[in-house]
Amino acid sequence: MPLLSVEDLHAGYAVGGQMLRAVDGVSFTVNTGETVGLVGESGCGKSSLAKVLMRLVAPSAGRVLFDGTDVAPLKGGPLKSYRRQAQMVFQDPFASLNPRHTVAEILKGPLEVHGLGSRAERAQAAGAALERVGLPRAALSRYPHEFSGGQRQRLGIARALILSPRLVICDEPVSALDLSIQAQILNLLSKMKAELGLSYLFISHDLSVVRYFADRVLVMYLGRIVETGSWQEIFSRPLHPYTRALMEAVPTPGRRRHAAPLSGDLPSARNVPAGCRFHPRCPLATPLCTEADPVLRPAGDGQQVACHHAPTGAPH
Amino acid sequence: MSALLDVRGLSIAFPKATPVRDVSLTVEAGETVALVGESGSGKSLTALALLRLLPERARIASGEVLFGGRDLARLGDRELRDVRGRDIAMVFQEPMTALNPVLSVGDQIAEVVRLHQGLSRGAARARAVELLDLVRIPEPQRRVAEYPHELSGGMRQRVMIAIAVACSPRLLIADEPTTALDVTIQAQVLDLLDALRRDLSMGLLLITHDLGVVAEWADRVAVMYAGRKVEEAPFEVLFATPLHPYTRGLLAASPRLEAGQHCSVGPLNEIRGSIASAAGEKGCAFAPRCPLARAACRIAVPDLVSIAPGRLSACPVTTAAPVSEACHAAPVG
Ligand SMILES: Nc1ncnc2c1ncn2[C@@H]1O[C@H](COP(=O)(O)OP(=O)(O)OP(=O)(O)O)[C@@H](O)[C@H]1O
Ligand SMILES: Nc1ncnc2c1ncn2[C@@H]1O[C@H](COP(=O)(O)OP(=O)(O)OP(=O)(O)O)[C@@H](O)[C@H]1O
Ligand code: SF4
Ligand code: SF4
Ligand SMILES: [Mg+2]
Ligand SMILES: [Mg+2]
Repeated sequence: MPLLSVEDLHAGYAVGGQMLRAVDGVSFTVNTGETVGLVGESGCGKSSLAKVLMRLVAPSAGRVLFDGTDVAPLKGGPLKSYRRQAQMVFQDPFASLNPRHTVAEILKGPLEVHGLGSRAERAQAAGAALERVGLPRAALSRYPHEFSGGQRQRLGIARALILSPRLVICDEPVSALDLSIQAQILNLLSKMKAELGLSYLFISHDLSVVRYFADRVLVMYLGRIVETGSWQEIFSRPLHPYTRALMEAVPTPGRRRHAAPLSGDLPSARNVPAGCRFHPRCPLATPLCTEADPVLRPAGDGQQVACHHAPTGAPH
Repeated sequence: MSALLDVRGLSIAFPKATPVRDVSLTVEAGETVALVGESGSGKSLTALALLRLLPERARIASGEVLFGGRDLARLGDRELRDVRGRDIAMVFQEPMTALNPVLSVGDQIAEVVRLHQGLSRGAARARAVELLDLVRIPEPQRRVAEYPHELSGGMRQRVMIAIAVACSPRLLIADEPTTALDVTIQAQVLDLLDALRRDLSMGLLLITHDLGVVAEWADRVAVMYAGRKVEEAPFEVLFATPLHPYTRGLLAASPRLEAGQHCSVGPLNEIRGSIASAAGEKGCAFAPRCPLARAACRIAVPDLVSIAPGRLSACPVTTAAPVSEACHAAPVG
């Protein structure tokens, strides 16, 4: 049984009397010990999906199963238990850490909320969490502003791990960091995963980072997953025209001044194009694409693609 | 032959700090020079100093900014204002803060062309539509009346570029012009900047932290660390044989789309520590993070040494340049 199972999830926001469909029928699973990467352009619904999983935004339809249990009806003790097991790491480590709290207070906070351990045990756990992410225990009495961006992200990770979660949702955890620090944080996340048997949903708009870090990849476009597969499949044999364009757009050593593969912007989620939502930007669009909405269909081992014209080797 | 822009020994000081020290840099007409480096290494301050747009308490402590035979660091305010926007233009990372929220994009473009080219209202408006078309904004006649908040991030950046190139500048300084944009939109904006560079044979100083962008779009690269230029090379040389340990570390630390590495196979090469450790270093600012550091590195700031034409590095340990060559290099520090 997968650790996390998302089934035809829908969620949105009421904007000016209109419904903005930020998450528009998303299904996927995350297995224990697996890192699932989620990529897509700004505004495609990545953070909204994460918020629904964290129960910060209510879904309008669909289900989220954690360990086989539907999380939507959870209340009281079971909800607390879910919240302990699913934690989040954010992009901006500074904005997500209370500037008036010492590191010790920041790290002990979640333990207090969940009534875990004695005073002494909580203090001990805070110190241990800090050392685990490569910061000295002496940092416990300091404040977030005294740390560099990379160190603050280490604090954010220490805080997310202090409750011994099973699933960690990382929303752009390295996007705000210098290249030299990115590698440190990716290595740390990797090490934590191996040591603690974590599963990650790893959100990033950076394909090179996802290629390095994810076991399986979800490609999201305007609220939908348009392609999914193992990292090897997605990066060596991308099938969806959008996935191909995303990769083509990444500037790459060895290639000089090539033309942009996609024109135009991501359309607004308030006005999702009919048929295939990618058709206004798709170089392969045909009349069929403007009418019929393609669904994800199998295209090899675990690969799936939502495109009428992608070569899947399977009839549709 | 003299370069379009020739910056010599630029230092920028605040009352209590000197975050840019002795930076020299040239840009030729039609050339793209990339400036890369760690956050806080002084890239933006360097760019701002070229047009004397530094923050209030900062000043150019020493150095020259030669452009068209004049030193912009010492030019009168009035003459400098003529240079800004007309001969040298700038594009920033965050177009929203650089655009006026209460003026339509057409009015903002028109304002610039009226100021520098003395066009009439009607002609300026027509020119605004032309420029929006030039930066590939669809339906320019309609868009010209829109306000910045009605545009996407990529469109706003294109409007900034339209304003920047309105007077066909000879040099465009672009400070992280695509950092806030998606890769798909980044590709469009870089493609556009490059087409303008070619068509206007404009020099382009491109500040970025993305090595892929450098590899694909730059002709030459200058690498900064903690306020100093530590390496410079033609782009292909930098990627093939980086010399400075910081540059080597950066290249090794970046995950690549085409590379075979994956976290299940092994960790990324990281550069340990952070740039914060550079504060107060007497010698090489990179020494606290450098795997090759030795005692001598901490005594004096290493000279930026010329190894071959257009090829400089500030690390004696990795260059092992002949003494005579080191002596001819410009003294640093
Ligand atoms: N609180 C909100 N109210 C109204 N609309 C919202 C809200 N939050 C997000 N949206 C809209 O929902 C869509 C999806 O946004 P979301 O933040 O999930 O995208 P994202 O993929 O995380 O983007 P980014 O890469 O920029 O973080 C966008 O159109 C966004 O404008
Ligand atoms: N008002 C100030 N007083 C003192 N130092 C300052 C001030 N403003 C900026 N600095 C310092 O100048 C240095 C260079 O800043 P700059 O903005 O040029 O860096 P950058 O290379 O553009 O970084 P980034 O990649 O983050 O944009 C920084 O280390 C910063 O601490
Ligand atoms: S279904 Fe049609 S429009 Fe959509 S991605 Fe495939 S070819 Fe393009
Ligand atoms: S001078 Fe020394 S410390 Fe500095 S980069 Fe070279 S080897 Fe490293
Ligand atoms: Mg987001
Ligand atoms: Mg900057």
